[in-house]
Amino acid sequence: MTILKNHDTKGVAFVDDAKLTARHVNVFYGDKQAIFDVSLDVGANEVIALIGPSGCGKSTFLRCLNRMNDTIDRCQVQGDILLDGEPIYDGSMDVVPLRARVGMVFQKPNPFPKSIYDNVAYGPRLHGLATTRVELDAIVEYSLQRAGLWNEVKDRLDAPGTGLSGGQQQRLCIARTIAVDPEVILMDEPCSALDPIATAKIEELIDELRENYTIAIVTHSMQQAARVSQRTAYFHMGQLVEVNPTEQMFTTPEHTLTEAYITGRFG
Amino acid sequence: MTDSSLSTRQKVERSLARRRATETRFHALGFMAVLFGLLSVVVLFGDILLKGSSTFRQTVIVTDIHLDAQFLGLTPRSKEAHIRRADFEGLIRQQLHAAMPTMTEDEARELHRLISIGAAWQLSDWVVENPQHLNQTIRFELLADHLVDQWFKHDRRKGISQRLSDVQLSWLHEWADSGQMYTRFNRLFFTHGDSQEPELAGVRGAMMGTFLTLMVTLVLSFPIGIATAIYLEQFAPARQWINLVEININNLAAVPSITFGLLGLAIFINLFGVTRSTPLIGGLVLTLMALPTIIISARAAIKSVPLSIQEAAYGLGASKVQVVFHHVLPLALPGMLTGTILAMAQALGATAPLLLIGMVAFVVDVPNAISDPSTVLPVQIFLWADSPERAFIERTSGAILVLLGFLISMNTLAVLLRQRIERRR
Repeated sequence: MTILKNHDTKGVAFVDDAKLTARHVNVFYGDKQAIFDVSLDVGANEVIALIGPSGCGKSTFLRCLNRMNDTIDRCQVQGDILLDGEPIYDGSMDVVPLRARVGMVFQKPNPFPKSIYDNVAYGPRLHGLATTRVELDAIVEYSLQRAGLWNEVKDRLDAPGTGLSGGQQQRLCIARTIAVDPEVILMDEPCSALDPIATAKIEELIDELRENYTIAIVTHSMQQAARVSQRTAYFHMGQLVEVNPTEQMFTTPEHTLTEAYITGRFG
Repeated sequence: MTDSSLSTRQKVERSLARRRATETRFHALGFMAVLFGLLSVVVLFGDILLKGSSTFRQTVIVTDIHLDAQFLGLTPRSKEAHIRRADFEGLIRQQLHAAMPTMTEDEARELHRLISIGAAWQLSDWVVENPQHLNQTIRFELLADHLVDQWFKHDRRKGISQRLSDVQLSWLHEWADSGQMYTRFNRLFFTHGDSQEPELAGVRGAMMGTFLTLMVTLVLSFPIGIATAIYLEQFAPARQWINLVEININNLAAVPSITFGLLGLAIFINLFGVTRSTPLIGGLVLTLMALPTIIISARAAIKSVPLSIQEAAYGLGASKVQVVFHHVLPLALPGMLTGTILAMAQALGATAPLLLIGMVAFVVDVPNAISDPSTVLPVQIFLWADSPERAFIERTSGAILVLLGFLISMNTLAVLLRQRIERRR
């Protein structure tokens, strides 16, 4: 790999009030290395966009942040990732509460084949967040309202979640994630299966959610990265090439690869 | 290629004709295959129905019986055991004799042969129920012997007779013409176990045996099979020995069923001392046979559960067991049920392994527990098909019909269950 000398990331990868801290992260799928020595901070209440060409490792890196890669056999993560200063790959950190604190929204809307209500209530029930039906109802309503879905579905909470449109399904998935009251929300190309109007709604939502949550979003769309994020990280072939404030990244990129990518010369 | 003067369009059109012909041929072949299959089923079912449906009718001879308390040595207050010991057979003979006083002794013997020995205990049963009718004259349907039964049902109209003498035939014609002899629903066939006398032989014993055996099989193989499938699909590490287990399970599904019988004989009976000929040992052996089918279908069902659903649950902080029980199992259940029913249907028809563990025994009593000696429907069919008596051949078809009935009701149940589960989602 001759992209970066000593995996030296350009720009500013570290912030003062880091929510998530990744240091020297290497990820292997069996013998194949997917991530090379990536160090990156995700600041509190910011939206950070992870961009880069297909297969660059941005999704793999995202999935390291709440240990979703644990479910994949042969996937091995090295290095340190800390949530509020606590190492998450340490033996002392249980993966169940970690995922309650670091929620995830996936590329394809994946509501459970249950009612809309049960979809949102699943997480709170799992973690015992509500003791009474009234409390649970309140969590469901609040989550759906935060996801901007309440007015559309309040009269049919018993209808199956799979019966909604694609955009509504994705907002239902966001509501489901919010219902657990996480600190960080990871989004893995949440709009790639949606039409432009649904995408606009989700982007608006991401902007609102920033008040309360720290968000890391993987996206293929550079316009989306520019619209929703404060910082942008550019990945290339498993390496973190450049991290900078989004505006600076899209106007004056430091690395030639970043420039080539955002000007559309490849990717 | 050969004719360059043709335009591309003409070439396409020429190949189109060829393609259409292929399609038509393929269509016709497929249709014929389906037709052939349907025809085979119709012929098979038709033949069995034709041969077997007469099993469900039984010939009886109705006659007046004077319940002579003195002859029987009974009083209206006699105990049940006492009544059962009374000589009802003698009473029936005496009464028939009284109706035809001019008979010789030889003729009397021939007359008695027309009545089944079951008639006497049917009468004693009736008297146990109705002791107040002692010393009265009642009309009673006497069970006809199987030779009479076969003659009346099949040979009378054709004017032939088998193993019946002229004097017997003359009585039979008289009874048939006077309406004294007729057929009624053969309840015995469904309430009795096996018997040496065809007219007394029923499938109740085999049905109960089959039911109990299948229950044992289901109770053992369903949880074990599902648990194995879940472990292999969701929990097992990707190790060499797991691969070995997988290969072995797939191979077991193709092992001839008689081998499982041998295994059962060697392990369960000889090593662990399980009693032979019981639904328990039958169920154990059939469990071995059903497990590979259940495991393979259950694994396929688990594999078909979308990974995205599981990831969603993991992402919310569900533990592995929670993901399995909240999402994987409910979504895989219909497929698992289908596989289980398939395995049960296979077990229902299994004969060979059961022969080896003693379920081929002649069992008269209807089993009531999994530790009672019993036989199962396919083995009963096998036993009857081996008998020379015409009446048993008829009963073979009858038993096949019962077996098919069992199968159809099981499959219907499975389909209904599956639909219910799928609708709930």
